[in-house]
Amino acid sequence: MAQLALGNVSKTYRPRGKEQVQAVKRVSLDVKDGEIVALLGSSGCGKTSMLRMIAGFEEVTEGTIRIGGKEIHNLPPAQRDVAMAFEGYSLYPPLKVRENIGFALLRERGASADIEKRVSHIAELLEITDILDRYPTVISAGQQQRTSLARALIRRAPVSLLDEPMSQLEPQLRAILRARLKDYLIEHKMTTVFVTHDQTEAIALADRIAVMEKGELQQFGTPAEIKQSPSNLFVASFIGEPPMNIFDAAIASEGNAVAISGLGPNGEPAFRLNAPMEAANGKRVCLGIRPHLIEIGANGSADATGRVITNHWLGDQSHICFEIGGCSVVGVTDKPIDARAGDALPVRFPLGAVHLFDAESGRALAHGLGQR
Amino acid sequence: MNQISTFERIVRGLLIALVLLFFLFPIFWILLMSFQTNEQILRIPPSLFFEPTLQNYVALLTGRLQTAAGNLDIAFMRNLGNSLLLSTSSVLLALALGVPAAYAFARYKFRLGESIAFTLLSFRFAPPLLVLLPLSLFFRQLHLTDTYIGLIWVYQLICLPLILWIVRGYFEDISPDIEHAYRISGHGWWKTFRKIAIPLARPGIAAAGLLAFIFAWNNFIFALILASASKQPVTVGALAFVTASGIQYGQIAAAIVLSVTPTLLLALYAQRYLVEGLSLGAVKG
Repeated sequence: MAQLALGNVSKTYRPRGKEQVQAVKRVSLDVKDGEIVALLGSSGCGKTSMLRMIAGFEEVTEGTIRIGGKEIHNLPPAQRDVAMAFEGYSLYPPLKVRENIGFALLRERGASADIEKRVSHIAELLEITDILDRYPTVISAGQQQRTSLARALIRRAPVSLLDEPMSQLEPQLRAILRARLKDYLIEHKMTTVFVTHDQTEAIALADRIAVMEKGELQQFGTPAEIKQSPSNLFVASFIGEPPMNIFDAAIASEGNAVAISGLGPNGEPAFRLNAPMEAANGKRVCLGIRPHLIEIGANGSADATGRVITNHWLGDQSHICFEIGGCSVVGVTDKPIDARAGDALPVRFPLGAVHLFDAESGRALAHGLGQR
Repeated sequence: MNQISTFERIVRGLLIALVLLFFLFPIFWILLMSFQTNEQILRIPPSLFFEPTLQNYVALLTGRLQTAAGNLDIAFMRNLGNSLLLSTSSVLLALALGVPAAYAFARYKFRLGESIAFTLLSFRFAPPLLVLLPLSLFFRQLHLTDTYIGLIWVYQLICLPLILWIVRGYFEDISPDIEHAYRISGHGWWKTFRKIAIPLARPGIAAAGLLAFIFAWNNFIFALILASASKQPVTVGALAFVTASGIQYGQIAAAIVLSVTPTLLLALYAQRYLVEGLSLGAVKG
């Protein structure tokens, strides 16, 4: 219901007598009106600090935060018009679940019948109707988390902040609620920023994902962009399950084409790909390819031969770990592969699926190398 | 599934009875004494059977003590009133000052914060007599000697550190995010403090207030030095029962019963309240 803009926001913690920690480093982020954005990253990457700065519980060391064009980073939390679901739930112990949820609305002096209706609607949405008349101390962690989520969602605030909104839920319920939550947010055009370390959740729920690491914004894009064209090595290896295979590689120029050699642990070439592109001779790069895009048991031209280490059929897909010239590689196929440890398998790396990254800076150089 | 054998149950009952006897018998004996005359109290061997008399209480309530040496005026009721006034207002003042201070110490880190908190605690370390000499000089200059205000001020040495440190612990146990959740739905700092922080810390505030009240009630030395008879509490007033013609055991017992009653009632009331508060107050989210 409002756009949110972070301009060069930094956060530095200065604990007394200890070294200062820069938790967030010059992050700029523009969230459109009604957009759902995920802050994705591992623990300690600064994503919760970002959320708390938007909410107003942490001071912004540098930079600006605007909601709907208005600078808010110097306002007290009460005047920022944001709603937040806390990671630790933070329910009011003396109030029943129903009162906890409706509490935030009381201030807006809505008709109590209307509040009642909204509470029961949101409770139905999050499957907590049967615990509405119980106290927060006697319900499970998952129920507390949904109560806390309901308390934030019911306000339909211009900006909603959700800190790990579904971390405590069991997988089936999480999948159902994720879909309902998304419908609710879209229906009410709620601008939402949520923090998660679960990439499935980020991909399923968010319009755009901001990947963070060590306080820096690594990439901000749609789930498809993040998956197909990761901006650097960190994003490439962080997103995707199982993670992307990454090899050290050397480029040798041959006229209009190049030969890319994947290198084994001792620097010996393990396999070789020819690509129609230009590049500096001898450049050191990292080569990445997603496990499910490797063609295993390919007929015809194979790029290499892999020696199988393990082969697991998971019921709907096979995870095969094999070794090529000292590099271990993980491949995923959707059919079972008849191979046992020690067997040789022909393997093909489709050029369209190969990513190249600068070996030093980690920045992406190319996504897909054109067809042979 | 409590699997307690009969033997265990008997032993447990016996031990509890022993503890109760140890703690309650003196109170029970004093209650009996308060209904006896000095002669009945002092007879050997002592007996549980006697003809109860109300003369001790009558003497206290009317303020006239009849002894073998003649009539004596005692200001017991006035002392009791002083005790009530001094303890109550000291605790109220200490709560008004100490609870916000405790909140500040628990929630905000500021320069010298820990040092100030520790200094306040250190008031409890100093032997009162050491403080009293300079204090009585100051009080004379400030014309605070023998005034209620002066005594209430000095009683803050007892009450304030106690309340500050107990309540601070309770505030620290409350997740700040509970307050954050309230503030983000549009409430200011003051309202959050009043509506969320104080109610959640109420068991702690009640316990601290009760303890401070008992400490203030039992204080002897401050009032002995800094106040005259008209402003003195029961603890000092009880000295009057040691008369030239002997110690008035009956009246002392009756005085003890009367002066213990307010704190006892308060403790009983607050205890119920404390249990209720603590069972609700698994505060951490």
